[in-house]
Amino acid sequence: MTFLNYDFMKHAFVAILIIAPLFGMLGTMIVSKKMAFFSDALGHSALTGIAIGIVFGVQNANLSMMVFAVVFALLLNEISRKVMAANDTIISVFSSASLAVGLAILSKGGNFSKYSALLVGDILSISVKELWFLGGMFALTFVFWIFLSNQLLAISLNKTLARSRHMPIRLLEDAFAVLVSLVVMMSIKWVGILIINAMLILPAAAAANCSQNVREYHFFAVVYALFSGVLGLWSSYYTNVATGPMIVIVSALIYFGTYFYAKRYQ
Amino acid sequence: MKLIKTPCGLHCIKIIDFGVKFANEPVFEHVDLHVHCGTLTVLIGENGAGKSTLVRAILGEIPHTGKLEFRDRKDGELQKIRIGYVPQKLNIEKNTPVSVYDMMASYHSKVPVFLYKSPRLRKKILEALSQFEAEELIDQQVCNLSGGQLQRVLLAMAVMGRPHLLLLDEPISGVDMKGSQLFYKTIDEMKKKFDMAIILISHDMKYVAKYADHVVLLDHGIVTQGKVGQVFKSPEFERIFGKGEWEHDISKL
Repeated sequence: MTFLNYDFMKHAFVAILIIAPLFGMLGTMIVSKKMAFFSDALGHSALTGIAIGIVFGVQNANLSMMVFAVVFALLLNEISRKVMAANDTIISVFSSASLAVGLAILSKGGNFSKYSALLVGDILSISVKELWFLGGMFALTFVFWIFLSNQLLAISLNKTLARSRHMPIRLLEDAFAVLVSLVVMMSIKWVGILIINAMLILPAAAAANCSQNVREYHFFAVVYALFSGVLGLWSSYYTNVATGPMIVIVSALIYFGTYFYAKRYQ
Repeated sequence: MKLIKTPCGLHCIKIIDFGVKFANEPVFEHVDLHVHCGTLTVLIGENGAGKSTLVRAILGEIPHTGKLEFRDRKDGELQKIRIGYVPQKLNIEKNTPVSVYDMMASYHSKVPVFLYKSPRLRKKILEALSQFEAEELIDQQVCNLSGGQLQRVLLAMAVMGRPHLLLLDEPISGVDMKGSQLFYKTIDEMKKKFDMAIILISHDMKYVAKYADHVVLLDHGIVTQGKVGQVFKSPEFERIFGKGEWEHDISKL
C-alpha cells in the first residue's frame, strides 16, 4: 500500500471509493433504461457548458457546466417525449450539435489546449473540500435510490402500467435525468469526458451478465466498480498511466470475463 | 383459482363522452360505455380504430375529453376507482436481471427492491401468483418467461392492486393456441370470482364469440355495441370485417 503514502493518492483513493459505487448504482438504471447514449451525450455537454459560461462571463466553470447539463438533460427528455424518431438518433443530433458549438467557442484563438485536460480527467488533483461535495452527492443519490428506484424500475418496464399505478412518470424521469447530470458534472473533472460513460455503463453491464435479480445486479455493479476503481488507481500509480483509462481497462476486462462466464454457465 | 369475492353486480363504471385528439385529428369521439362488475366487455375493431388509445385514455395516460364515473349502485355514491392494467408486452431486453418478485414489488411496494427482499411482501406476491398457478415463477427472470407465463404473472400483478376495473390490451399476441384458450378461460373465471369489471381488446373473434358478455365495435368512435350476436350480425360488423371469415363463429350464436 505504499502508493497511499502521498496525500494526493489518499484523496484520489477516497474519491474512487465514493465515485465507484455511485456510478455502479446509477449505471444499473442507465443500462436497464437503455440510456447509454443519453449519459454519453451528457458527458460531452460539459465542454459546451464551459463554453457558454465563458460567453456569458460566468467565472465558475463548474457552475456553468452543471446548469447547462441539467438544462440539456431536461431538453433531451422533452424532445424524446415529443418526437417519434428513434431516441438514439435524436440524442446524437443534439449532442453533436451542442458539442460542435462548445468546441467552436473554446477553440477560438487556438486556446483549446487549456481545456484538453478535461477530456481525460485527473483524479490526483482532487481536494479535500471537493471530496466532501462528492460525499454529499453520494448521500443524496442513495436517499433518492431508496425512495424512488422502485418506481423508476416500474417505469422502465412499462410506462402505461406505471401510469395505472398512479406514478408521476414525467417527474420521475426528469428527476433521474437531473440526478445523472449532476453526478456526471461533479465527477467529470476527475474522471474525464472520454471515459465517464464507460465508468457508468461497464460495471452495470458486467453485473447484468451474472445477476438474476435487482439486488444481485446492484451488488455486483458496485463491487465491480470498486474493484476496477481501486485496481485502476493502483496500477496507474506504478505504470505512470492516467488513472481514468486504467480503470476503464480493468472494467472492460471484467465485462468480458462475465460475458464468457454467462455464456458458459447460464 | 382461489375465490376472493363474488362480484356484487352493484358497481357501475360509466365512460361518458370520451374523445381523444392527436394533433387536432380526432382518434375517436363521443364514446359512451357502461360496464358492470362481473362482466367481460370486449373492444374490437381494425388496427388504428382507437382501441388502445381508448384504454390509455381510461387509464388517464393521454389527455381526453369526457369523464369517468364509478358508482356504487347500492347507495349511488361516487367512488374513487382503482384500475388494473395488463399490457401487451414489457419493455425488457434479454439478459435483464429483474426477477418476477422485483417487478411485482416495484409496482406495489415502497420497500426498495435493490436493497432488501421483504419476506412479508414475498408472501403477498406468492399469494397473488398462486391465484394464477404461477408461484414457482417468483424467482425467475422476467425476460426468460414464456408468453403464457408472463401473461399469468401480469394478471396476478394487476389483480394484486384489487382493481374495480381491469383493462387488458391484446395480451394474446405471442401466445400459442393452447395458451390463448387457457387465457380466456382464466379471464372467464376471474370475472366470476373477483369483484371487478373487465375490458379486453381482442382480435380473436372465435374467443370473443364464446366469452364476451358485451361487445363494442370501434371505428373512430363506437359504431355499434351490444350482445355478441347483435354485434356480429350487424351490417357495421360486416362492413369492417367482411363476411365470409366469421360466418362459422356467427352461425353458432
